[in-house]
Amino acid sequence: MATKTSRKHSLADAALIPLDWTEERSGLVGYTKWFLFRKVPHDISWAQTLGAASLTAFIVQATTGVFLAMYYKPDPSNAYSSIQNITEELTLGWLVRGMHKWGASVFIILMFLHMARVFLFGAYKYPRELNWILGALILVSGMAEGFTGYLLPWDNTAYWATVVGININATGPFVGPFLAQFLQGGLMIGPDTLPKFYALHMLVLPGAIMALIGLHLYLVVRLGVTSPPWSKTAAGRERGPEAGAREGLIREPATEGDSA
Amino acid sequence: MGAGQLPAGGVRGGFLVDTGRARAVESRTGARDGENPRVNDEHDTHDLPGPSLWPIGFAIGVACVLIGLVISIPVLIVGAVVALVFGFLWVRDLFVSRPVTAAAAGLPDVAPEADLGDNVDRATFLSLATIGVSGLIGAGVTLPALGFGVLPSFMGEGVDTFDVDLGPISNFPEGQYVIATYLESPEQGEVSRRTAFIRNNGRTDDGVPSFTTIFSRCAHLGCPVQPNGPIDEEAKKDVNGVELRPVLAASFGCPCHGGLYDSEGNRMAGPPVRSLDRYEFSIKDGNLVLGRLFSVGTVQGVGASAKIMKYYKAYPGVHVDGIERWLYPIPTPGSTS
Repeated sequence: MATKTSRKHSLADAALIPLDWTEERSGLVGYTKWFLFRKVPHDISWAQTLGAASLTAFIVQATTGVFLAMYYKPDPSNAYSSIQNITEELTLGWLVRGMHKWGASVFIILMFLHMARVFLFGAYKYPRELNWILGALILVSGMAEGFTGYLLPWDNTAYWATVVGININATGPFVGPFLAQFLQGGLMIGPDTLPKFYALHMLVLPGAIMALIGLHLYLVVRLGVTSPPWSKTAAGRERGPEAGAREGLIREPATEGDSA
Repeated sequence: MGAGQLPAGGVRGGFLVDTGRARAVESRTGARDGENPRVNDEHDTHDLPGPSLWPIGFAIGVACVLIGLVISIPVLIVGAVVALVFGFLWVRDLFVSRPVTAAAAGLPDVAPEADLGDNVDRATFLSLATIGVSGLIGAGVTLPALGFGVLPSFMGEGVDTFDVDLGPISNFPEGQYVIATYLESPEQGEVSRRTAFIRNNGRTDDGVPSFTTIFSRCAHLGCPVQPNGPIDEEAKKDVNGVELRPVLAASFGCPCHGGLYDSEGNRMAGPPVRSLDRYEFSIKDGNLVLGRLFSVGTVQGVGASAKIMKYYKAYPGVHVDGIERWLYPIPTPGSTS
Protein backbone atom coordinates (compact mmCIF):
# COMPACT_ATOMS: atom_id res chain seq x y z
CA MET A 1 0.00 0.00 0.00
CA ALA A 2 2.65 2.41 1.03
CA THR A 3 4.72 1.82 -2.08
CA LYS A 4 1.67 2.25 -4.28
CA THR A 5 0.84 5.61 -2.72
CA SER A 6 4.36 6.89 -2.97
CA ARG A 7 4.56 5.81 -6.61
CA LYS A 8 1.38 7.73 -7.25
CA HIS A 9 2.94 10.69 -5.53
CA SER A 10 6.09 10.52 -7.58
CA LEU A 11 4.04 10.26 -10.75
CA ALA A 12 2.08 13.33 -9.76
CA ASP A 13 5.34 15.07 -8.97
CA ALA A 14 6.76 14.17 -12.36
CA ALA A 15 3.77 15.82 -14.00
CA LEU A 16 3.81 18.81 -11.70
CA ILE A 17 7.53 19.59 -11.70
CA PRO A 18 7.61 21.16 -15.18
CA LEU A 19 4.38 23.01 -14.43
CA ASP A 20 5.78 24.32 -11.16
CA TRP A 21 9.01 25.24 -12.89
CA THR A 22 7.07 27.27 -15.48
CA GLU A 23 4.76 28.76 -12.89
CA GLU A 24 7.60 29.94 -10.69
CA ARG A 25 9.28 31.72 -13.58
CA SER A 26 6.29 33.10 -15.47
CA GLY A 27 3.09 32.77 -13.47
CA LEU A 28 1.55 31.45 -16.68
CA VAL A 29 -0.03 28.35 -15.14
CA GLY A 30 -1.87 30.35 -12.54
CA TYR A 31 -2.93 32.87 -15.11
CA THR A 32 -4.21 30.16 -17.45
CA LYS A 33 -6.16 28.58 -14.59
CA TRP A 34 -7.58 31.95 -13.69
CA PHE A 35 -8.55 32.51 -17.35
CA LEU A 36 -10.17 29.10 -17.82
CA PHE A 37 -11.94 28.82 -14.46
CA ARG A 38 -13.63 32.18 -14.32
CA LYS A 39 -16.98 32.41 -12.60
CA VAL A 40 -20.00 32.45 -14.86
CA PRO A 41 -23.72 32.71 -14.08
CA HIS A 42 -25.11 29.37 -12.92
CA ASP A 43 -27.91 29.36 -15.51
CA ILE A 44 -25.92 29.60 -18.71
CA SER A 45 -26.30 26.86 -21.30
CA TRP A 46 -24.84 25.55 -24.55
CA ALA A 47 -25.95 28.79 -26.20
CA GLN A 48 -23.03 30.57 -24.53
CA THR A 49 -20.52 28.22 -26.14
CA LEU A 50 -21.06 29.55 -29.68
CA GLY A 51 -18.35 32.16 -29.26
CA ALA A 52 -15.80 29.53 -28.24
CA ALA A 53 -17.02 27.40 -31.15
CA SER A 54 -16.39 30.30 -33.57
CA LEU A 55 -12.91 30.71 -32.10
CA THR A 56 -12.26 27.00 -32.61
CA ALA A 57 -13.43 27.26 -36.22
CA PHE A 58 -11.03 30.15 -36.75
CA ILE A 59 -8.16 28.19 -35.24
CA VAL A 60 -8.97 25.31 -37.60
CA GLN A 61 -8.86 27.75 -40.54
CA ALA A 62 -5.57 29.23 -39.39
CA THR A 63 -3.93 25.85 -38.84
CA THR A 64 -5.05 24.23 -42.08
CA GLY A 65 -4.32 27.46 -43.95
CA VAL A 66 -0.70 27.50 -42.79
CA PHE A 67 -0.09 24.07 -44.28
CA LEU A 68 -2.01 24.78 -47.48
CA ALA A 69 0.17 27.87 -47.92
CA MET A 70 3.22 25.61 -48.09
CA TYR A 71 1.99 24.01 -51.31
CA TYR A 72 -0.15 26.70 -52.94
CA LYS A 73 1.42 28.83 -55.68
CA PRO A 74 -0.22 32.25 -55.98
CA ASP A 75 0.38 33.12 -59.60
CA PRO A 76 -2.04 32.79 -62.50
CA SER A 77 -0.17 30.10 -64.39
CA ASN A 78 0.41 27.75 -61.41
CA ALA A 79 -2.44 28.37 -58.99
CA TYR A 80 -4.95 25.91 -60.43
CA SER A 81 -2.43 23.11 -60.90
CA SER A 82 -1.04 23.58 -57.39
CA ILE A 83 -4.58 23.21 -56.00
CA GLN A 84 -4.99 20.05 -58.04
CA ASN A 85 -1.68 18.80 -56.69
CA ILE A 86 -2.81 19.45 -53.12
CA THR A 87 -6.15 17.73 -53.66
CA GLU A 88 -5.11 14.75 -55.73
CA GLU A 89 -1.43 14.02 -55.16
CA LEU A 90 -0.30 14.99 -51.68
CA THR A 91 -1.02 12.66 -48.77
CA LEU A 92 -4.04 13.91 -46.81
CA GLY A 93 -4.07 17.05 -48.96
CA TRP A 94 -7.69 16.43 -49.90
CA LEU A 95 -8.58 16.32 -46.20
CA VAL A 96 -6.78 19.49 -45.16
CA ARG A 97 -8.07 21.41 -48.15
CA GLY A 98 -11.56 20.09 -47.45
CA MET A 99 -11.30 21.18 -43.82
CA HIS A 100 -10.23 24.64 -44.94
CA LYS A 101 -12.91 24.94 -47.61
CA TRP A 102 -15.85 23.64 -45.56
CA GLY A 103 -14.50 25.08 -42.33
CA ALA A 104 -14.77 28.52 -43.89
CA SER A 105 -18.54 28.14 -44.09
CA VAL A 106 -18.65 26.68 -40.58
CA PHE A 107 -16.74 29.71 -39.28
CA ILE A 108 -19.15 32.19 -40.88
CA ILE A 109 -22.24 30.22 -39.79
CA LEU A 110 -20.99 29.95 -36.19
CA MET A 111 -20.26 33.67 -36.09
CA PHE A 112 -23.82 34.39 -37.20
CA LEU A 113 -25.25 31.97 -34.61
CA HIS A 114 -23.08 33.55 -31.92
CA MET A 115 -24.26 36.97 -33.02
CA ALA A 116 -27.89 35.81 -32.91
CA ARG A 117 -27.40 34.50 -29.37
CA VAL A 118 -25.86 37.78 -28.23
CA PHE A 119 -28.63 39.75 -29.90
CA LEU A 120 -31.53 37.67 -28.60
CA PHE A 121 -30.10 37.51 -25.07
CA GLY A 122 -29.57 41.27 -25.03
CA ALA A 123 -25.92 40.62 -24.25
CA TYR A 124 -24.83 43.52 -26.47
CA LYS A 125 -26.29 46.06 -24.03
CA TYR A 126 -24.40 48.23 -21.59
CA PRO A 127 -21.58 47.79 -20.78
CA ARG A 128 -20.84 45.44 -23.68
CA GLU A 129 -21.55 47.72 -26.68
CA LEU A 130 -17.88 47.89 -27.57
CA ASN A 131 -17.64 44.12 -27.68
CA TRP A 132 -20.57 44.01 -30.12
CA ILE A 133 -18.71 46.46 -32.34
CA LEU A 134 -15.53 44.38 -32.17
CA GLY A 135 -17.56 41.29 -33.00
CA ALA A 136 -19.10 43.02 -36.00
CA LEU A 137 -15.59 43.91 -37.21
CA ILE A 138 -14.54 40.26 -36.82
CA LEU A 139 -17.57 39.23 -38.87
CA VAL A 140 -16.70 41.71 -41.64
CA SER A 141 -13.07 40.57 -41.64
CA GLY A 142 -14.21 36.96 -41.75
CA MET A 143 -16.39 37.65 -44.75
CA ALA A 144 -13.49 39.46 -46.42
CA GLU A 145 -11.50 36.28 -45.81
CA GLY A 146 -14.23 34.38 -47.62
CA PHE A 147 -14.16 36.83 -50.53
CA THR A 148 -10.38 36.81 -50.95
CA GLY A 149 -10.13 33.05 -50.42
CA TYR A 150 -12.74 32.34 -53.07
CA LEU A 151 -10.45 33.55 -55.86
CA LEU A 152 -7.50 31.35 -54.90
CA PRO A 153 -8.57 28.07 -56.63
CA TRP A 154 -8.38 30.12 -59.85
CA ASP A 155 -11.03 28.16 -61.72
CA ASN A 156 -13.87 29.68 -63.71
CA THR A 157 -16.18 29.89 -60.70
CA ALA A 158 -13.51 31.67 -58.70
CA TYR A 159 -12.61 34.01 -61.54
CA TRP A 160 -16.09 35.18 -62.52
CA ALA A 161 -17.42 35.29 -58.96
CA THR A 162 -14.52 37.57 -58.07
CA VAL A 163 -15.10 39.70 -61.19
CA VAL A 164 -18.67 40.23 -59.99
CA GLY A 165 -17.57 40.79 -56.37
CA ILE A 166 -14.96 43.37 -57.30
CA ASN A 167 -17.38 45.17 -59.59
CA ILE A 168 -19.99 45.29 -56.83
CA ASN A 169 -17.31 47.07 -54.79
CA ALA A 170 -16.75 49.39 -57.74
CA THR A 171 -20.36 50.58 -57.67
CA GLY A 172 -19.87 52.16 -54.24
CA PRO A 173 -20.37 55.92 -54.50
CA PHE A 174 -17.22 58.08 -54.76
CA VAL A 175 -14.68 55.53 -53.48
CA GLY A 176 -16.00 52.41 -55.21
CA PRO A 177 -13.86 52.60 -58.37
CA PHE A 178 -10.73 53.18 -56.30
CA LEU A 179 -11.53 50.25 -54.05
CA ALA A 180 -11.95 48.01 -57.10
CA GLN A 181 -8.71 49.34 -58.56
CA PHE A 182 -6.93 48.59 -55.28
CA LEU A 183 -8.35 45.07 -55.08
CA GLN A 184 -7.38 43.97 -58.58
CA GLY A 185 -4.43 46.28 -59.28
CA GLY A 186 -5.81 47.48 -62.59
CA LEU A 187 -8.99 47.97 -64.57
CA MET A 188 -9.63 44.24 -64.75
CA ILE A 189 -8.37 41.14 -62.99
CA GLY A 190 -4.78 40.76 -64.07
CA PRO A 191 -1.54 39.07 -63.06
CA ASP A 192 -1.28 41.15 -59.85
CA THR A 193 -4.74 40.31 -58.56
CA LEU A 194 -4.11 36.76 -57.37
CA PRO A 195 -0.95 37.50 -55.30
CA LYS A 196 -2.71 40.51 -53.79
CA PHE A 197 -5.74 38.48 -52.77
CA TYR A 198 -3.42 35.80 -51.42
CA ALA A 199 -1.51 38.30 -49.28
CA LEU A 200 -4.74 39.80 -47.98
CA HIS A 201 -6.16 36.33 -47.34
CA MET A 202 -3.25 34.85 -45.43
CA LEU A 203 -1.48 37.84 -43.86
CA VAL A 204 -3.50 41.02 -43.55
CA LEU A 205 -6.94 39.71 -42.68
CA PRO A 206 -5.90 36.87 -40.35
CA GLY A 207 -3.67 39.32 -38.49
CA ALA A 208 -6.58 41.72 -38.15
CA ILE A 209 -8.90 38.94 -36.99
CA MET A 210 -6.39 37.70 -34.39
CA ALA A 211 -5.95 41.18 -32.98
CA LEU A 212 -9.72 41.70 -32.89
CA ILE A 213 -10.29 38.32 -31.24
CA GLY A 214 -7.71 39.27 -28.60
CA LEU A 215 -9.57 42.48 -27.78
CA HIS A 216 -12.91 40.67 -27.95
CA LEU A 217 -11.75 38.05 -25.43
CA TYR A 218 -10.20 40.68 -23.19
CA LEU A 219 -13.58 42.36 -22.92
CA VAL A 220 -15.36 39.04 -22.38
CA VAL A 221 -13.04 38.30 -19.46
CA ARG A 222 -13.26 41.81 -18.08
CA LEU A 223 -17.03 42.13 -18.30
CA GLY A 224 -17.98 38.53 -17.65
CA VAL A 225 -20.65 36.35 -19.20
CA THR A 226 -24.22 37.63 -19.29
CA SER A 227 -27.05 35.88 -17.51
CA PRO A 228 -29.85 34.77 -19.80
CA PRO A 229 -32.77 37.20 -19.92
CA TRP A 230 -35.01 34.69 -18.10
CA SER A 231 -32.60 34.35 -15.21
CA LYS A 232 -34.36 34.39 -11.82
CA THR A 233 -31.27 35.49 -9.97
CA ALA A 234 -30.08 39.00 -10.53
CA ALA A 235 -26.51 38.52 -11.57
CA GLY A 236 -25.74 42.18 -11.28
CA ARG A 237 -23.85 43.67 -8.40
CA GLU A 238 -25.79 44.87 -5.39
CA ARG A 239 -26.24 48.57 -5.53
CA GLY A 240 -28.08 51.30 -3.79
CA PRO A 241 -31.46 52.63 -4.84
CA GLU A 242 -29.84 55.63 -6.55
CA ALA A 243 -27.98 53.42 -9.02
CA GLY A 244 -31.04 52.70 -11.12
CA ALA A 245 -32.52 49.40 -12.14
CA ARG A 246 -30.04 48.05 -14.62
CA GLU A 247 -29.72 44.58 -13.23
CA GLY A 248 -29.26 41.13 -14.62
CA LEU A 249 -26.55 42.03 -17.08
CA ILE A 250 -23.45 41.63 -14.98
CA ARG A 251 -22.36 38.48 -13.29
CA GLU A 252 -21.71 38.48 -9.58
CA PRO A 253 -18.15 39.70 -9.25
CA ALA A 254 -15.67 37.82 -7.19
CA THR A 255 -15.54 39.04 -3.64
CA GLU A 256 -12.60 41.22 -2.80
CA GLY A 257 -11.04 38.73 -0.41
CA ASP A 258 -10.35 35.78 -2.67
CA SER A 259 -7.67 37.22 -4.86
CA ALA A 260 -5.09 34.50 -4.99
CA MET B 1 -9.08 54.55 -19.01
CA GLY B 2 -11.45 51.78 -18.00
CA ALA B 3 -14.91 51.58 -16.59
CA GLY B 4 -13.25 51.11 -13.24
CA GLN B 5 -12.25 54.73 -13.29
CA LEU B 6 -15.76 56.05 -13.14
CA PRO B 7 -15.98 58.25 -10.10
CA ALA B 8 -17.62 56.11 -7.46
CA GLY B 9 -21.32 56.91 -7.31
CA GLY B 10 -20.75 59.86 -9.61
CA VAL B 11 -22.63 58.44 -12.57
CA ARG B 12 -26.25 57.52 -12.07
CA GLY B 13 -26.89 53.93 -12.93
CA GLY B 14 -23.28 53.41 -13.85
CA PHE B 15 -21.63 50.07 -13.37
CA LEU B 16 -18.31 49.38 -11.85
CA VAL B 17 -17.55 46.42 -14.04
CA ASP B 18 -13.98 45.73 -13.02
CA THR B 19 -14.17 42.30 -11.48
CA GLY B 20 -11.25 43.14 -9.28
CA ARG B 21 -9.36 39.98 -10.17
CA ALA B 22 -6.89 41.07 -12.79
CA ARG B 23 -4.67 42.99 -10.43
CA ALA B 24 -4.25 40.15 -7.96
CA VAL B 25 -0.64 39.59 -8.92
CA GLU B 26 0.74 43.04 -8.35
CA SER B 27 -1.56 44.53 -5.79
CA ARG B 28 -2.38 43.00 -2.46
CA THR B 29 -3.97 46.15 -1.17
CA GLY B 30 -7.09 45.75 -3.28
CA ALA B 31 -6.88 49.31 -4.49
CA ARG B 32 -8.87 49.87 -7.67
CA ASP B 33 -7.32 51.62 -10.62
CA GLY B 34 -9.51 54.64 -10.17
CA GLU B 35 -8.92 54.75 -6.44
CA ASN B 36 -5.19 54.57 -6.74
CA PRO B 37 -3.99 57.23 -4.32
CA ARG B 38 -1.14 58.18 -6.64
CA VAL B 39 -3.55 59.36 -9.30
CA ASN B 40 -4.87 62.75 -8.40
CA ASP B 41 -8.09 63.64 -10.18
CA GLU B 42 -7.46 67.36 -9.93
CA HIS B 43 -4.03 66.90 -11.37
CA ASP B 44 -5.53 64.95 -14.25
CA THR B 45 -8.02 67.58 -15.27
CA HIS B 46 -5.44 70.33 -15.33
CA ASP B 47 -3.28 68.38 -17.71
CA LEU B 48 -5.97 68.48 -20.37
CA PRO B 49 -5.65 71.42 -22.75
CA GLY B 50 -8.72 73.55 -23.33
CA PRO B 51 -10.91 73.02 -26.36
CA SER B 52 -9.11 74.08 -29.48
CA LEU B 53 -9.86 74.50 -33.17
CA TRP B 54 -6.35 73.50 -34.24
CA PRO B 55 -7.10 69.75 -34.44
CA ILE B 56 -9.97 70.46 -36.81
CA GLY B 57 -7.72 72.50 -39.08
CA PHE B 58 -5.15 69.72 -38.87
CA ALA B 59 -7.77 67.15 -39.85
CA ILE B 60 -8.88 69.29 -42.80
CA GLY B 61 -5.25 69.53 -43.91
CA VAL B 62 -4.82 65.77 -43.73
CA ALA B 63 -8.05 65.30 -45.68
CA CYS B 64 -6.74 67.70 -48.36
CA VAL B 65 -3.52 65.66 -48.56
CA LEU B 66 -5.49 62.46 -49.10
CA ILE B 67 -7.78 64.04 -51.69
CA GLY B 68 -4.78 65.70 -53.32
CA LEU B 69 -3.10 62.34 -53.74
CA VAL B 70 -5.99 61.35 -55.93
CA ILE B 71 -6.85 64.60 -57.68
CA SER B 72 -3.88 66.87 -58.06
CA ILE B 73 -0.50 67.77 -56.65
CA PRO B 74 -1.39 71.44 -55.82
CA VAL B 75 -4.22 70.32 -53.56
CA LEU B 76 -1.78 67.95 -51.89
CA ILE B 77 0.72 70.74 -51.26
CA VAL B 78 -1.94 73.09 -49.88
CA GLY B 79 -3.19 70.29 -47.64
CA ALA B 80 0.32 69.53 -46.40
CA VAL B 81 0.94 73.19 -45.58
CA VAL B 82 -2.40 73.49 -43.77
CA ALA B 83 -1.76 70.28 -41.83
CA LEU B 84 1.74 71.38 -40.86
CA VAL B 85 0.66 74.86 -39.72
CA PHE B 86 -2.29 73.64 -37.70
CA GLY B 87 -0.33 70.69 -36.39
CA PHE B 88 2.37 73.09 -35.16
CA LEU B 89 -0.21 75.36 -33.53
CA TRP B 90 -1.87 72.36 -31.90
CA VAL B 91 1.37 70.98 -30.50
CA ARG B 92 2.37 74.46 -29.30
CA ASP B 93 -0.99 74.74 -27.54
CA LEU B 94 -0.37 71.48 -25.75
CA PHE B 95 2.97 72.75 -24.49
CA VAL B 96 1.71 76.19 -23.53
CA SER B 97 -0.95 74.63 -21.31
CA ARG B 98 1.77 72.92 -19.24
CA PRO B 99 2.69 75.89 -17.01
CA VAL B 100 -0.85 75.88 -15.64
CA THR B 101 -0.20 72.38 -14.36
CA ALA B 102 2.98 73.40 -12.65
CA ALA B 103 1.31 76.32 -10.95
CA ALA B 104 -1.74 74.31 -9.89
CA ALA B 105 0.44 71.56 -8.50
CA GLY B 106 2.05 74.04 -6.20
CA LEU B 107 5.41 74.08 -7.94
CA PRO B 108 7.38 77.31 -7.85
CA ASP B 109 5.64 79.88 -9.97
CA VAL B 110 7.30 80.92 -13.18
CA ALA B 111 6.98 84.09 -15.12
CA PRO B 112 4.78 83.69 -18.20
CA GLU B 113 7.49 85.16 -20.41
CA ALA B 114 10.01 82.58 -19.31
CA ASP B 115 11.47 80.20 -21.84
CA LEU B 116 9.13 77.30 -22.63
CA GLY B 117 11.81 74.74 -21.78
CA ASP B 118 11.96 75.90 -18.17
CA ASN B 119 8.35 74.94 -17.62
CA VAL B 120 8.64 71.36 -18.81
CA ASP B 121 10.24 69.28 -16.14
CA ARG B 122 12.82 66.67 -16.96
CA ALA B 123 10.58 63.61 -16.70
CA THR B 124 7.84 65.16 -18.83
CA PHE B 125 10.34 66.24 -21.43
CA LEU B 126 11.93 62.81 -21.59
CA SER B 127 8.63 60.98 -21.89
CA LEU B 128 7.35 63.39 -24.54
CA ALA B 129 10.61 63.09 -26.42
CA THR B 130 10.47 59.29 -26.25
CA ILE B 131 6.91 59.25 -27.50
CA GLY B 132 7.76 61.74 -30.22
CA VAL B 133 10.82 59.89 -31.47
CA SER B 134 9.01 56.54 -31.35
CA GLY B 135 6.14 58.10 -33.28
CA LEU B 136 8.54 59.43 -35.90
CA ILE B 137 10.20 56.03 -36.28
CA GLY B 138 6.81 54.35 -36.46
CA ALA B 139 5.59 56.81 -39.09
CA GLY B 140 8.82 56.41 -41.02
CA VAL B 141 8.21 52.71 -41.30
CA THR B 142 4.44 52.66 -41.66
CA LEU B 143 3.81 55.47 -44.13
CA PRO B 144 6.09 54.22 -46.95
CA ALA B 145 4.77 50.67 -46.51
CA LEU B 146 1.15 51.80 -46.54
CA GLY B 147 1.84 54.14 -49.44
CA PHE B 148 3.41 51.34 -51.43
CA GLY B 149 0.51 49.05 -50.62
CA VAL B 150 -2.25 51.44 -51.56
CA LEU B 151 -1.06 54.31 -53.76
CA PRO B 152 -0.07 52.45 -56.96
CA SER B 153 -3.71 51.57 -57.45
CA PHE B 154 -4.71 55.21 -57.15
CA MET B 155 -2.09 56.39 -59.64
CA GLY B 156 -3.44 54.23 -62.45
CA GLU B 157 -0.36 52.00 -62.34
CA GLY B 158 -0.89 48.53 -63.72
CA VAL B 159 -3.51 49.89 -66.10
CA ASP B 160 -1.78 49.29 -69.40
CA THR B 161 -3.38 49.76 -72.76
CA PHE B 162 -2.42 47.19 -75.33
CA ASP B 163 -3.07 47.68 -79.02
CA VAL B 164 -4.25 44.40 -80.42
CA ASP B 165 -3.98 43.53 -84.09
CA LEU B 166 -6.99 41.46 -85.17
CA GLY B 167 -5.70 40.83 -88.69
CA PRO B 168 -6.88 41.95 -92.15
CA ILE B 169 -10.26 43.62 -92.29
CA SER B 170 -11.20 41.26 -95.10
CA ASN B 171 -11.82 38.67 -92.37
CA PHE B 172 -14.78 40.72 -91.18
CA PRO B 173 -17.78 40.28 -93.51
CA GLU B 174 -19.87 43.41 -93.82
CA GLY B 175 -22.96 43.58 -91.65
CA GLN B 176 -22.15 40.51 -89.56
CA TYR B 177 -20.75 40.19 -86.06
CA VAL B 178 -17.53 38.26 -85.50
CA ILE B 179 -16.49 37.00 -82.07
CA ALA B 180 -12.81 37.83 -81.66
CA THR B 181 -10.99 36.12 -78.78
CA TYR B 182 -7.41 37.17 -78.15
CA LEU B 183 -4.69 37.64 -75.54
CA GLU B 184 -4.36 41.28 -74.65
CA SER B 185 -0.79 40.69 -73.52
CA PRO B 186 0.99 37.43 -74.39
CA GLU B 187 3.43 38.00 -71.48
CA GLN B 188 0.56 38.05 -69.01
CA GLY B 189 -0.90 34.90 -70.52
CA GLU B 190 -4.41 33.54 -70.18
CA VAL B 191 -5.35 36.05 -67.50
CA SER B 192 -5.43 38.72 -70.23
CA ARG B 193 -7.74 36.79 -72.57
CA ARG B 194 -10.49 39.09 -73.82
CA THR B 195 -13.43 38.77 -76.15
CA ALA B 196 -14.72 41.43 -78.53
CA PHE B 197 -17.73 41.49 -80.85
CA ILE B 198 -16.72 43.15 -84.12
CA ARG B 199 -19.08 44.15 -86.92
CA ASN B 200 -17.91 45.65 -90.17
CA ASN B 201 -20.34 48.46 -91.03
CA GLY B 202 -18.83 49.19 -94.43
CA ARG B 203 -18.07 52.86 -94.87
CA THR B 204 -19.57 55.99 -93.42
CA ASP B 205 -21.01 58.74 -95.63
CA ASP B 206 -17.52 60.30 -95.60
CA GLY B 207 -16.01 57.11 -96.96
CA VAL B 208 -14.26 56.18 -93.68
CA PRO B 209 -14.31 52.49 -92.73
CA SER B 210 -16.70 51.89 -89.85
CA PHE B 211 -16.62 49.08 -87.28
CA THR B 212 -18.79 48.38 -84.29
CA THR B 213 -16.32 47.12 -81.66
CA ILE B 214 -18.09 45.90 -78.55
CA PHE B 215 -16.28 44.61 -75.46
CA SER B 216 -17.81 41.43 -74.07
CA ARG B 217 -17.96 42.39 -70.39
CA CYS B 218 -21.44 43.19 -69.13
CA ALA B 219 -22.11 46.76 -68.02
CA HIS B 220 -23.85 45.39 -64.95
CA LEU B 221 -21.11 43.54 -63.04
CA GLY B 222 -18.62 42.43 -65.67
CA CYS B 223 -19.79 38.93 -66.59
CA PRO B 224 -19.07 37.64 -70.12
CA VAL B 225 -21.92 38.70 -72.41
CA GLN B 226 -22.91 36.19 -75.12
CA PRO B 227 -24.24 36.95 -78.60
CA ASN B 228 -27.77 35.64 -79.00
CA GLY B 229 -27.60 33.74 -82.26
CA PRO B 230 -25.96 30.77 -83.95
CA ILE B 231 -22.18 30.75 -84.18
CA ASP B 232 -20.79 29.62 -87.52
CA GLU B 233 -18.11 27.25 -86.17
CA GLU B 234 -17.33 26.10 -89.73
CA ALA B 235 -16.04 29.54 -90.62
CA LYS B 236 -13.77 29.77 -87.56
CA LYS B 237 -10.40 31.32 -88.28
CA ASP B 238 -7.21 31.69 -86.34
CA VAL B 239 -5.27 34.80 -87.31
CA ASN B 240 -1.97 35.08 -85.40
CA GLY B 241 -3.50 33.75 -82.21
CA VAL B 242 -6.73 35.70 -82.59
CA GLU B 243 -9.73 33.40 -82.87
CA LEU B 244 -12.48 34.71 -85.17
CA ARG B 245 -15.95 33.13 -85.24
CA PRO B 246 -18.77 34.70 -87.27
CA VAL B 247 -22.11 34.84 -85.46
CA LEU B 248 -25.62 35.92 -86.33
CA ALA B 249 -26.23 38.16 -83.34
CA ALA B 250 -29.46 40.12 -83.16
CA SER B 251 -28.84 40.90 -79.48
CA PHE B 252 -26.48 40.18 -76.60
CA GLY B 253 -27.40 38.53 -73.32
CA CYS B 254 -25.59 38.11 -70.04
CA PRO B 255 -25.88 34.69 -68.37
CA CYS B 256 -25.21 35.95 -64.84
CA HIS B 257 -28.12 38.25 -64.07
CA GLY B 258 -30.11 38.45 -67.28
CA GLY B 259 -28.90 41.71 -68.78
CA LEU B 260 -30.05 42.08 -72.38
CA TYR B 261 -28.60 44.39 -75.05
CA ASP B 262 -29.65 45.11 -78.63
CA SER B 263 -27.36 44.70 -81.63
CA GLU B 264 -25.77 48.11 -80.98
CA GLY B 265 -25.05 47.29 -77.34
CA ASN B 266 -27.88 49.40 -75.91
CA ARG B 267 -29.46 48.04 -72.78
CA MET B 268 -32.88 46.56 -73.49
CA ALA B 269 -33.67 44.74 -70.25
CA GLY B 270 -32.21 43.64 -66.94
CA PRO B 271 -29.90 45.31 -64.45
CA PRO B 272 -27.19 46.99 -66.61
CA VAL B 273 -26.88 50.75 -66.06
CA ARG B 274 -25.50 51.69 -69.46
CA SER B 275 -24.66 50.28 -72.89
CA LEU B 276 -21.87 47.81 -73.56
CA ASP B 277 -18.35 49.25 -73.55
CA ARG B 278 -16.51 49.68 -76.86
CA TYR B 279 -12.96 49.90 -78.16
CA GLU B 280 -11.34 52.71 -80.03
CA PHE B 281 -10.00 51.23 -83.24
CA SER B 282 -7.75 52.08 -86.12
CA ILE B 283 -6.78 50.47 -89.38
CA LYS B 284 -3.08 49.99 -89.95
CA ASP B 285 -1.78 48.38 -93.15
CA GLY B 286 -5.21 46.95 -93.82
CA ASN B 287 -5.40 45.36 -90.36
CA LEU B 288 -8.01 46.17 -87.74
CA VAL B 289 -6.29 47.29 -84.54
CA LEU B 290 -8.19 47.62 -81.26
CA GLY B 291 -7.09 50.40 -78.92
CA ARG B 292 -8.23 51.37 -75.48
CA LEU B 293 -11.69 50.83 -74.04
CA PHE B 294 -14.29 53.49 -73.46
CA SER B 295 -17.72 53.43 -71.90
CA VAL B 296 -20.91 54.21 -73.72
CA GLY B 297 -24.02 55.95 -72.41
CA THR B 298 -26.38 55.18 -75.28
CA VAL B 299 -26.11 54.61 -78.99
CA GLN B 300 -28.55 56.33 -81.34
CA GLY B 301 -28.91 54.97 -84.82
CA VAL B 302 -27.43 51.85 -86.29
CA GLY B 303 -24.11 50.80 -87.77
CA ALA B 304 -22.06 53.36 -89.65
CA SER B 305 -24.44 56.24 -88.93
CA ALA B 306 -24.75 55.52 -85.19
CA LYS B 307 -24.19 58.33 -82.73
CA ILE B 308 -22.27 57.02 -79.72
CA MET B 309 -22.27 58.77 -76.34
CA LYS B 310 -18.65 58.23 -75.36
CA TYR B 311 -17.24 58.46 -71.81
CA TYR B 312 -14.04 57.46 -70.04
CA LYS B 313 -13.88 53.75 -69.31
CA ALA B 314 -15.83 53.18 -66.13
CA TYR B 315 -16.24 50.08 -64.02
CA PRO B 316 -19.27 47.90 -64.72
CA GLY B 317 -22.24 49.02 -62.70
CA VAL B 318 -21.03 52.62 -62.65
CA HIS B 319 -23.32 55.20 -64.21
CA VAL B 320 -21.76 57.41 -66.86
CA ASP B 321 -24.79 59.57 -67.58
CA GLY B 322 -27.90 60.78 -65.85
CA ILE B 323 -27.99 62.22 -62.35
CA GLU B 324 -26.36 59.10 -60.88
CA ARG B 325 -23.05 59.96 -62.52
CA TRP B 326 -22.51 62.51 -59.74
CA LEU B 327 -21.91 59.56 -57.44
CA TYR B 328 -18.70 58.88 -59.39
CA PRO B 329 -17.09 62.30 -59.83
CA ILE B 330 -13.49 61.19 -60.36
CA PRO B 331 -12.55 59.23 -63.49
CA THR B 332 -11.02 55.85 -62.76
CA PRO B 333 -7.21 56.16 -62.67
CA GLY B 334 -5.72 54.93 -65.90
CA SER B 335 -8.92 55.29 -67.90
CA THR B 336 -8.10 58.80 -69.06
CA SER B 337 -4.51 58.37 -70.17
